[in-house]
Amino acid sequence: MKTLVLVEHDNMNMKDATLAVVTAASQLGEVHALVIGSGCASVGEQAAKVAGVATVHVADDVALANQLAENAAPLIASLMESHDAFLAPATTTGKNIAPRVAALLDVMQISDILSVESEDTFTRPIYAGNAIATVKSSDAKKVITVRGTAFDKAATEGGSASIDTVGGAADAGLSTFVSEEIAKSERPELTSAKIIVSGGRALGSSEKFEEVITPLADKLGAGIGASRAAVDAGYVPNDYQVGQTGKIVAPEVYIAIGISGAIQHLAGMKDSKIIVAINKDEDAPIFQVADIGLVADLFDAVPELTGKV
Amino acid sequence: MKILVPVKRVIDYNVKPRVKSDGSGVDLANVKMSMNPFDEISVEEAIRLKEAGKAEEIIAVSVGPQKAQETLRTALAMGADRAILVMTDDEVEPLAVAKILAKIVAEEAPQLVITGKQAIDDDSNQTGQMLAALLGWGQGTFANEVEIDGDSISVKREIDGGLQTVKLGLPAVVTTDLRLNEPRYASLPNIMKAKKKPMDEKTPADYDVDIAPRLTTITVAEPPVRQAGEKVEDVDALVAKLKAVGAI
Repeated sequence: MKTLVLVEHDNMNMKDATLAVVTAASQLGEVHALVIGSGCASVGEQAAKVAGVATVHVADDVALANQLAENAAPLIASLMESHDAFLAPATTTGKNIAPRVAALLDVMQISDILSVESEDTFTRPIYAGNAIATVKSSDAKKVITVRGTAFDKAATEGGSASIDTVGGAADAGLSTFVSEEIAKSERPELTSAKIIVSGGRALGSSEKFEEVITPLADKLGAGIGASRAAVDAGYVPNDYQVGQTGKIVAPEVYIAIGISGAIQHLAGMKDSKIIVAINKDEDAPIFQVADIGLVADLFDAVPELTGKV
Repeated sequence: MKILVPVKRVIDYNVKPRVKSDGSGVDLANVKMSMNPFDEISVEEAIRLKEAGKAEEIIAVSVGPQKAQETLRTALAMGADRAILVMTDDEVEPLAVAKILAKIVAEEAPQLVITGKQAIDDDSNQTGQMLAALLGWGQGTFANEVEIDGDSISVKREIDGGLQTVKLGLPAVVTTDLRLNEPRYASLPNIMKAKKKPMDEKTPADYDVDIAPRLTTITVAEPPVRQAGEKVEDVDALVAKLKAVGAI
């Protein structure tokens, strides 16, 4: 089977989200990587070095600069004439493009897979991860999005794939890119951070969130996350949100501070290697999944912890 | 202009789903069902556009069982003008739903379709994008803010790491994210009025759409359960423990 993997990138650098997709694709067959963008040659070179990638196709066209789904999907659909499975990371880019590709191919997409059981059978979470379905696809071509935390990352060195260029991109004339506001931060991105310090509604205000959570994250070199309750209360922007409706993370260490542990939050972090919970309420559900729990007032415990690590 | 708002009847978001012991699915017998929360946001946004004078008519659509009527009545009580129920007891996959919606779009000629980014039962996150592909329309997914300006629509989208704004020519498909708005509750008088609003009943066959599933569910299982660890007494013990497991 020949697979086509959508490379996640910003025209300069390949993103880590790509690596788990390469691993998933390699379980299906030969891995071809696809870079769509504009001025993205360096991304093609990075993708060619990823262990397990046989060929890199680079579609470099100004119409693809922002990877708009309307322009990307027809190109990908045409490339699928010579590939058997299209796999994209379950990022906002992948989730935007893949279903559009699937509909053009008249294929029912398999979203957010957790494992490859065979070439047509996969597991995927449903009901916010409260159940895991094993599904078998009867479509001749497969269109799949891959949950990054469920697969090991392929090595970024060791591969020596050939690189070819793909033409035929066009502006579908349906959409234009206007602007982007990407939060600039020295902090590791949530989905690739080794340690995440996450705060909940118990912080009480955005000032307190900053005052209590940030110093600990700084000390640990950690990413900062938040529960949906904290986002809804306006303490932090939505891109901090960990959970079913936010980001799915699986760091080495997840420190949940003042987070009760609603189902929807647990769905986003329960695959973390070590979960630490600090909460005043000893009956909080977060303690049922935490490896290390501390029942304490976070306003005392967290500054003390920051001083001692 | 007309706005089409597809809505889905799903398990209420406050209910913890239970996997059936025979592994055939999730037990929905005697479980509270509600409108998919993302679809409530879609209905709300359509109503706000109507209130702002940008739209004249809102049509709510649902593909599902007879009881999806209740979901449509909720949309009508919130402020939709009329409803179409495409009735089937089969499970209909996003691709087939998109095909049915494309046929309804052809009949109704809305300028905008607003739907939730995903349903909280199958968590597919596909229908809006598929519908846009089938219609050859632009798509503004995961919307955080929408603004109609003449014959185009600006959609601010929630993307990894921040926000992105795209401009789409109308007609277009928008899928909603959580922060777009806070849906209203239907008032009692509006709930009463909704009972008199028109609701068409159709079947997938009326639209000549094959809804045979492409994916077969082999089993549905409980996720692996994480065991609770231990509680520590104080911060010093926490630090010691973190060091012992190599976390810091």
